[in-house]
Amino acid sequence: MTRTDLGMPAFPPAAPFPPGATFPPGATSQAFPAFPEAAKEAVRDDVLRANLRRATHTIRDKRARAVTELADWDRLRAAGKAVKDHTLRHLDHYLLQLEAAVTAAGGTVHWAADAEEANRIVTALVLATGEREVVKVKSMATQETGLNEALEAAGIAAYETDLAELIVQLGHDRPSHILVPAIHRNRDEIRDIFRTEMAGWGRPAPEDLGDDPRELAEAARLHLREKFLRAKVAVSGANFMVAETGTMVVLESEGNGRMCLTLPDTLISVVGIEKVVPTFRDLEIFLQTLPRSSTAERMNPYTTMWTGTADGDGPSAFHLVLLDNGRTDTLADETGRQALRCIRCSACLNVCPVYERAGGHAYGSVYPGPIGAILSPQLRGTGSDIDATLPYASTLCGACYEVCPVAIDIPEVLVHLRERVAQGGPVTRAGIRVRLRPAHGHTAERAAMRAARLLLDRPGALRTAERLLARARRLRPRRLPGPGRAWTDTRTLPDLPAEPFRDWWLRERGTRP
Amino acid sequence: MTTRDRILARIRRAVPAPAPDEATPEAALAAIPRDYLRVHDATWTPARTADLLAANLTEYRAKVHRTDEAGLPPLLARLLSGSRTVLIPPALPPHWLSGTSATLVPDQESSNAHDLDGVDSTVTGCALAIAETGTIVLDGGPDQGRRRITLIPDHHVCVVRVPSQVVDSVPQALERLDPTRPLTWISGPSATSDIELDRVEGVHGPRTLDVILLGAQ
Ligand code: SF4
Repeated sequence: MTRTDLGMPAFPPAAPFPPGATFPPGATSQAFPAFPEAAKEAVRDDVLRANLRRATHTIRDKRARAVTELADWDRLRAAGKAVKDHTLRHLDHYLLQLEAAVTAAGGTVHWAADAEEANRIVTALVLATGEREVVKVKSMATQETGLNEALEAAGIAAYETDLAELIVQLGHDRPSHILVPAIHRNRDEIRDIFRTEMAGWGRPAPEDLGDDPRELAEAARLHLREKFLRAKVAVSGANFMVAETGTMVVLESEGNGRMCLTLPDTLISVVGIEKVVPTFRDLEIFLQTLPRSSTAERMNPYTTMWTGTADGDGPSAFHLVLLDNGRTDTLADETGRQALRCIRCSACLNVCPVYERAGGHAYGSVYPGPIGAILSPQLRGTGSDIDATLPYASTLCGACYEVCPVAIDIPEVLVHLRERVAQGGPVTRAGIRVRLRPAHGHTAERAAMRAARLLLDRPGALRTAERLLARARRLRPRRLPGPGRAWTDTRTLPDLPAEPFRDWWLRERGTRP
Repeated sequence: MTTRDRILARIRRAVPAPAPDEATPEAALAAIPRDYLRVHDATWTPARTADLLAANLTEYRAKVHRTDEAGLPPLLARLLSGSRTVLIPPALPPHWLSGTSATLVPDQESSNAHDLDGVDSTVTGCALAIAETGTIVLDGGPDQGRRRITLIPDHHVCVVRVPSQVVDSVPQALERLDPTRPLTWISGPSATSDIELDRVEGVHGPRTLDVILLGAQ
């Protein structure tokens, strides 16, 4: 009940913390390396970097055009923020309303405090149908809980049906981007994965499969089609849940979502409690801001909305699993709770200079990029190296805040979390308020320096960062006590001490930066 | 204590307790400024709205056609000329397909996904269409049928009545839709950009989407 899993099966369970315990960062050593180490590998990988750069720049430019088209973007953004904040303020009220509406419409609502409980509920629901396989629509929540592994342990095969997720699953790999999870793979790698792996999962890829994206998509279509047509159980997430009506909303592009949400007899949706919005009308904001921020489209190809069950159309059994898994702990933090407004558009990833160089895997959770840097340490606590260093995986340039369609001030939360790591302070874990002990000076400082090195490895990146940092002056630089003071003494570089950095560079490189 | 109670209790501890004089959630929600635009161009006429719908649908690779009542049966016959079988919802106006030589397959409760997989095309009406985003919305009405009939066949022909079924914007669309019905919003044929960001049209849904704007020409 104390473990908050974010879908990295490589993590051994965190040490349990009894009521009143303190969690010195770094005290529990976990298998995932700290951000700087994990990022180093990515920075060295030229192919990955080139792919990421191309992807993020393409999407970012398109997004800018899609957003400019709407003269009232800022007002939509402000309203989206206000509605989400309002919902979080009255989250108990809206969840109860949602539960009543879903139940009245023929659905069943389950509550899961953590990943393990969610997985247990879903596994039992699947087993009760007598089926041993499920089709899945891309869902961050079930990646977060590690549902596929839990199902597998119970003898249930879970098939990912989103093309990118299929590539990730067949490649025994991890997603690296929220929107385009297989962005780290080239077409020839994908062809090789399809050729060698598809046969083991169902319909094999054609012998002569080439590497044209059209051919690859067609191979996936045929491979998945037989699964869709015979599937009896589907597992999904949801982008939004409407409290007033009990309506669930899923946005997608490929049609695999429609297949999973429409054809099986039983549908199980695992959704974070923060995904609720009060009324059907509130969707008018998010259905305008999400597609433009995410895929840079006026509207994504398919959106499915369903309310409980409908006679003769779609699944006859609908189960909604409401997932906490660290969300109420995040809600308890006044500064940090804004991360719960996130609608997972991934715009912040595409503008982030650190993400562009480090890649998604370095973040050590299913939530990469700037949102991951503030969400993972809050959902999981800063007890591991990776979570303690994530708040440093940023230049505080503020680009993520600028593009965020719900105006999450990511730099503000990063500074707050750094303070918490360096200085300690009150946090809530598994519903219990505890005091975090300050990090040992060297731990936090080392993390910052390694993050700095990662970013400053190339002069071009340094110039970009400095230019961007100039725009971040509106952030009130906070002074960190103790080991953190040295970094906050300089105002233009809130996280990079100019003098010590230059000394360090000289020592390391023997040249001037 | 159930998990439900535990989560609710955690939420109540996490946020400040409501002050006695605090507005109800409903009142507080109503007080949120919604000064964004209901329509992005208030000068639109029905004709311009239809043009915008056509342009946006086309941009997302739907094929757009325009005709009037008299022209509809021959147009449908042409669009379906390559299809051997056509799946139809329960209450499609019969004369629409009067010129079509394909075998009509009425959707039946008993037909399963495998049965539908062999059908070439489907023809439906819609609940409404949104000009600003190039979207058609289906709500399972009698001229649209169950969601699966517009999903499994590889070719979907959707008839939109102009101007009565066309709205300008997303806010206008939500006002007119009934959330208790299963809703499918369609903006162009299915697509993926998952492989090196190259857009490929047609993954799992119908790979060809024909939209007919039906109205006085
Ligand atoms: S933090 Fe904002 S920009 Fe980033 S994914 Fe969430 S909603 Fe999008």
